[in-house]
Amino acid sequence: MSVADRQLRTPRRPEPGTSLPVIAGPESFGTLTEQITSVVLTRPTPLFWYITFGIGMAALIMFIISVTYLFYRGVGVFGVEIPVAWAFAITNFVWWIGIGHAGTLISAILLLLNQGWRNSINRFAEAMTIFAVMCAGLFPILHLGRPWIFYWLLPYPNTMHVQPQFRSPLVWDVFAVSTYATVSLLFWYLGMVPDLASLRDRSKTRFAYGFYGIISLGWRGASRHWRLHETASLLLAGLATPLVLSVHTVVSFDFTIAILPGWHSTIFPPYFVAGAIYSGFAMVLILAIPLRKVYHLENLVTVRHLNNCAKVMLATGLILAYTYAIEPFTSWWSGDTFEMAVVHNRAVGPHSWTFWLTLTCNVFIPQLLWFRKWRTEPKRLFFVSCVILYGMWIERYMIIITSLHRDFLPSSWSNFIASPWDVSILVGSIGLFVVCFLLFVRFFPMISIFEMRELLPFSRPGGGVEK
Amino acid sequence: MIATGNGPLYAYAAEFDDPTALVNAARAVRQAGYKRFEAYSPYPVRELDEIIPGWNPIAPLVLFGGIAGAVTAWIMQSWIAIVDFPINVGGRPLYSWPSFVPITFELTVLVASLAAFFGTWGVAGLPLPHHPVFNLKEFARASNDRFFLCIEARDYRFNREKTAELLEEFEPLQLWEIGKD
Repeated sequence: MSVADRQLRTPRRPEPGTSLPVIAGPESFGTLTEQITSVVLTRPTPLFWYITFGIGMAALIMFIISVTYLFYRGVGVFGVEIPVAWAFAITNFVWWIGIGHAGTLISAILLLLNQGWRNSINRFAEAMTIFAVMCAGLFPILHLGRPWIFYWLLPYPNTMHVQPQFRSPLVWDVFAVSTYATVSLLFWYLGMVPDLASLRDRSKTRFAYGFYGIISLGWRGASRHWRLHETASLLLAGLATPLVLSVHTVVSFDFTIAILPGWHSTIFPPYFVAGAIYSGFAMVLILAIPLRKVYHLENLVTVRHLNNCAKVMLATGLILAYTYAIEPFTSWWSGDTFEMAVVHNRAVGPHSWTFWLTLTCNVFIPQLLWFRKWRTEPKRLFFVSCVILYGMWIERYMIIITSLHRDFLPSSWSNFIASPWDVSILVGSIGLFVVCFLLFVRFFPMISIFEMRELLPFSRPGGGVEK
Repeated sequence: MIATGNGPLYAYAAEFDDPTALVNAARAVRQAGYKRFEAYSPYPVRELDEIIPGWNPIAPLVLFGGIAGAVTAWIMQSWIAIVDFPINVGGRPLYSWPSFVPITFELTVLVASLAAFFGTWGVAGLPLPHHPVFNLKEFARASNDRFFLCIEARDYRFNREKTAELLEEFEPLQLWEIGKD
């Protein structure tokens, strides 16, 4: 009997506290490598990929057309006017960047907490982070009015002798988002190099060998290199953990530093971070559920993962529900007329549908996750995730519109009506995300192979293969 | 023993299919006094850390990067806000340091992360497109399900017979002789 056969026959020790395994079914080092690399190298691309890529591409083309028109005509093509001077762009920005946060939570925070189950979902969750942050970063630039001079946001020696205003949270945002994008990219790539080497060593064509050979940097799995790699991964995780909390905190500062009623609140940073992780896990599930089905990865992305992600959603959803409850309470407790007017306006004003829709999508429907059936059945979980992701967009829309359109002076009150370009750019950005993500799935290992090998019981010396 | 590659001898490589054998062999090689040997595995085997020690300055590099980022950010913001482009906002002090904290934090993380990333490749000597171990065709499985222990010929204890004997003791699947070219 070969070692691979013996590995396949090695019994799994049940983990304490759960009946659901992280890896379902027998695996050896060889079968794991084969299963994950074959998606990229040998297996034919599934029809599902072509269909979703086509839809994504169509949306991306719409995005390019809309952005071209936007650059040609200016931000007037949006529905924005005074006092609602930013609406969809900032909503989309906050929504996208929030989605990204779950990827960092899975890859960094769960790594530090030694949660082995994350190993099969961290790679594509990180990819999701990068593409989500990319989409997020576009919106402030699209909304600039003169996007070709976006680099004026950065401090650099210039002949105009003008510099950014460091007391402004919008400038903090530039640094927070660009740092977040860079660190996420470094962390993702660092973790992927050993797997790219696996792809290089198994590639069948000269082109693939060259491509993966170059981007795997000549990785050869030496123990000294593994040690450096591990130290760097842990330290990057340690750095990314406070970073991810800081990014959405700074995003919330964009609102809280303003004196506008409904925005000027100290609860915003934790409120935004919880909402970000909530929506991000919804996106992770929306991506994971079809992927595991289409690529037959049910043995690696198991019901355990769905269940755990659903539990994180439930927990962050409850934090969010608490914030929704405490917001009107603080308004009432403060005795501030304007704050109370905002609460009243949100509940029964012209945009009250957003308020009730937010509560339905983010608080009421997700309570289904208390039931095990809704956490473990992919179709039901997919439905709840879609509802949450939609609800989180509506929530940001509500926060932004209902506060802006009625400020202190009734004479400056107005309303906001979205233009078709608002919608086409939002839908188009989803297309951009889908296209990037599908290209990633097609050309890169979507599950971390070396971290999965570590989860096998015989991966430790003296660990379980009987001779 | 099967020879692969051309040119002068680079190393002897023992191929294993199991991490236990790799670690045992590495330990014995170390106890026999060899210095220039390396273990290759498809995932990090932590037990090798003490057997094959190596220079790992990533943590101090990250600390240095973090401090450099923080100092740069603070000086940059203070200098711009006070000297280069002072803006009087309702008579508030120009050195309004609490608002410098977020950017200082971000640049600390950014430079520390860049130090971790580039430090890893710098110390590891990567990217390195070619390395003598790649002369062994079967080495492709080092990124899949095989474990290799290489003893370099330039080790002063290296002896064709004795080194081969030492490696044979651990019953490798195959013992390879890797040429330099």
